[in-house]
Amino acid sequence: MRRGIAAIALVSALAVSATACGGDDGGDTGKKSSGELSGTVTWWDTSTVGSEDKVFKKIAEDFTKKHPKVTVKYVNVPFGEAQNKFKNAAQSGSGAPDVIRSEVAWTPEFADLGYLAPLDGTAALKDEDDFLKQAAASTKYNGKTYAAPQVIDSMGIFYNKKIFKEAGVEVPKTIDELKTVSATIKDKTGKTGLYLRGDDAYWFLSFLYGEGGDLVDAKNKTITVDNESGVKAMKVVKDLVTSGAAKTDATDGWNNMQTAFKEGKVAMMINGPWAVADTYAGPEFTDKANLGVAPVPAGSAGQGAPQGGHNLAVYAGSKNLDASYAFTEYMTSAETQAQVAKELNLLPTRTSVYSQPGVASNEIVGFFRPVVDKAVERPWIPETGSLFAPLVTEYTKVLTGQTTPEKGAKAAGDAYRKLLKDWK
Amino acid sequence: MAVDTSSQSVAKAAGDVARGRSRGTGKPETKLKRSLSTHWYAWAMVAPVTVVIAVIIGYPLFRGIYLSLTDANERNVARSIGVNEIPATYEFVGLDNYTEALTGDQFLGTLGWTLVWTVACVSVTFVLGLGLANMLNRRIAGRSFYRMLLILPWAVPGFVSVFAWRFLYNQDNGLLNKILAGGGIDAVPWLNDPTWAKFSVIAVNVWLGVPFMMVALLGGLQSIPGELYEAAEMDGASAWQRFRNITLPGLRSVSTTVILLSTIWTFNMFPVIFLLTRGGPGEATQILVTQAYKFAFEISPRDFAQSSTWGVLILVLLMLFAAVYRRVLRKQGEVW
Repeated sequence: MRRGIAAIALVSALAVSATACGGDDGGDTGKKSSGELSGTVTWWDTSTVGSEDKVFKKIAEDFTKKHPKVTVKYVNVPFGEAQNKFKNAAQSGSGAPDVIRSEVAWTPEFADLGYLAPLDGTAALKDEDDFLKQAAASTKYNGKTYAAPQVIDSMGIFYNKKIFKEAGVEVPKTIDELKTVSATIKDKTGKTGLYLRGDDAYWFLSFLYGEGGDLVDAKNKTITVDNESGVKAMKVVKDLVTSGAAKTDATDGWNNMQTAFKEGKVAMMINGPWAVADTYAGPEFTDKANLGVAPVPAGSAGQGAPQGGHNLAVYAGSKNLDASYAFTEYMTSAETQAQVAKELNLLPTRTSVYSQPGVASNEIVGFFRPVVDKAVERPWIPETGSLFAPLVTEYTKVLTGQTTPEKGAKAAGDAYRKLLKDWK
Repeated sequence: MAVDTSSQSVAKAAGDVARGRSRGTGKPETKLKRSLSTHWYAWAMVAPVTVVIAVIIGYPLFRGIYLSLTDANERNVARSIGVNEIPATYEFVGLDNYTEALTGDQFLGTLGWTLVWTVACVSVTFVLGLGLANMLNRRIAGRSFYRMLLILPWAVPGFVSVFAWRFLYNQDNGLLNKILAGGGIDAVPWLNDPTWAKFSVIAVNVWLGVPFMMVALLGGLQSIPGELYEAAEMDGASAWQRFRNITLPGLRSVSTTVILLSTIWTFNMFPVIFLLTRGGPGEATQILVTQAYKFAFEISPRDFAQSSTWGVLILVLLMLFAAVYRRVLRKQGEVW
């Protein structure tokens, strides 16, 4: 009996201390009872370190001017690690941020896993109708909205005007032209024409779309990455590398690409608006006018660039939901987007922002706006975030000669079939 | 009361008769009780360690084995996120994961490269370590300086060295290719070509592993009595004969141990592969542990079941290896 009493005492002591912990956290919540938001909002940003992050950090911290009782904790998580890091933290229930900058493909996946708080009817979605349709598409899952679009983007060719002048070439419009332009550049200047990332399948998409292919066809529940067009696209990139028109890398692709382009070692790269600020920081582009942007070269089926972008999503386990909603609203508001567009050349997700002075005259935004309108949307299914891992393995294998384009495409398709059960 | 006492003493007497001059009461738990009362201190000392080991080794181990018998992945494990409480929905699937791993070509393919990697790393490291230990065992000028220099790779945290190597290997901006360019040699795609990447990861692991081998073997060398060499020299044995017949047998106990340890470490050498190539290009340098990590953390949905299956298979393989190795050694008269 004495033992029983001790056990009860122990359990109740634990319970008391547990509720005490809960009580501590409770004291920090941003309940609207007092009418004023308070607490801490931790934001995981994934923007490019060294250029974009400074601007986002400042804007994020300015939130406290509107809500002095809220503390904003800005954390920059490298884009390549953020998806995994967030999953680790969210699943274990500790260490997850209140708000995360979620890539468009991650959003339905996180929502499906139950990590995100639905935003319908909260302060996070103000003027929802103002959002571009394509941008809002990835935030919806199962009839609910799980994020607010922050930026939208697509890809184009970035080229070094000086090298082009030296070689006397025009911007290539098709893959064949790309090959001849690269050859001329090599002849005249000794430089490589194109840098093609070999360690990230996102850079493969415009070639895949250009040949009329796609990863999957969600409407007909069919896997299309390994059909004729998919194989052809693999052959195209392989040929670009083996013919010497493009150089590639299987490790550190992003850094190597940026360094090579910024230092004028390659004449072209395929990239998106998120790379602009970093590119301007390079020695070759101290004169910003030296950077040219053009649509991606067309494949046999036409031009195709992927539509990408980032959303802000609120973690379902956030202790300061109200403050997080307000923060999300603030970061995706028209004012903030206009500022980001002006300073970083990133594309707003709100229709109204495009007509604002300073944004309307921005050359990069002006170029990418029509590109985004035409860009190819990915299917917004929960598995969207899972489609790149098997593809990048095969893509790298094809580029480094470990497998043939046919076998590579087939292997990627098989991996998709395993992932998407009962799809064709 | 009186009745009680007498019956007890009767029982006691009976017990005494049956078991001769025993001072025990004959009840089995008393032995335990006595052992507890005399050794309670030892038990108390050992208990925390036992509990900690059970929690930090036993629990994950059994949990891993259990998960390898299910189809658990990121989507169907239990999780509670704020207001969302999601129950576990994974099922017991028996040995399906093992059949899949052992009949598919991914596991066997990865195992093949893992074995090549282990054998190459361990043999090269051992030979280099032995050579350097022999050199440093002689009286040469600046011996302690060389010793310190050669131990340096060991003193630097592994991930720091690996990142340094990654910079050296960079195809366009790396130091190695710049040096080669100075000699008029074309840039080598250290980490971008599957064959070169395999060579590169082995080179880094050897570089990291040599100090340990060297120090261990140097210690072994110094324990071989000098008289043996003197006697051999008197008998006219050549340097090679002395090395073969005195040094190698003298080093046997040390070298068997370091080879076993080094094999196990290299087989599971996660950081070198992961930080240098992430298993790439493609899957060219993926060893079993990095692939298991990839299943659990890099692909989505994360495949916990498959990852645990690979983990259990790795454990079984290493246990088999150790058992066979020990048996071979015992046959040679070696005991450890």
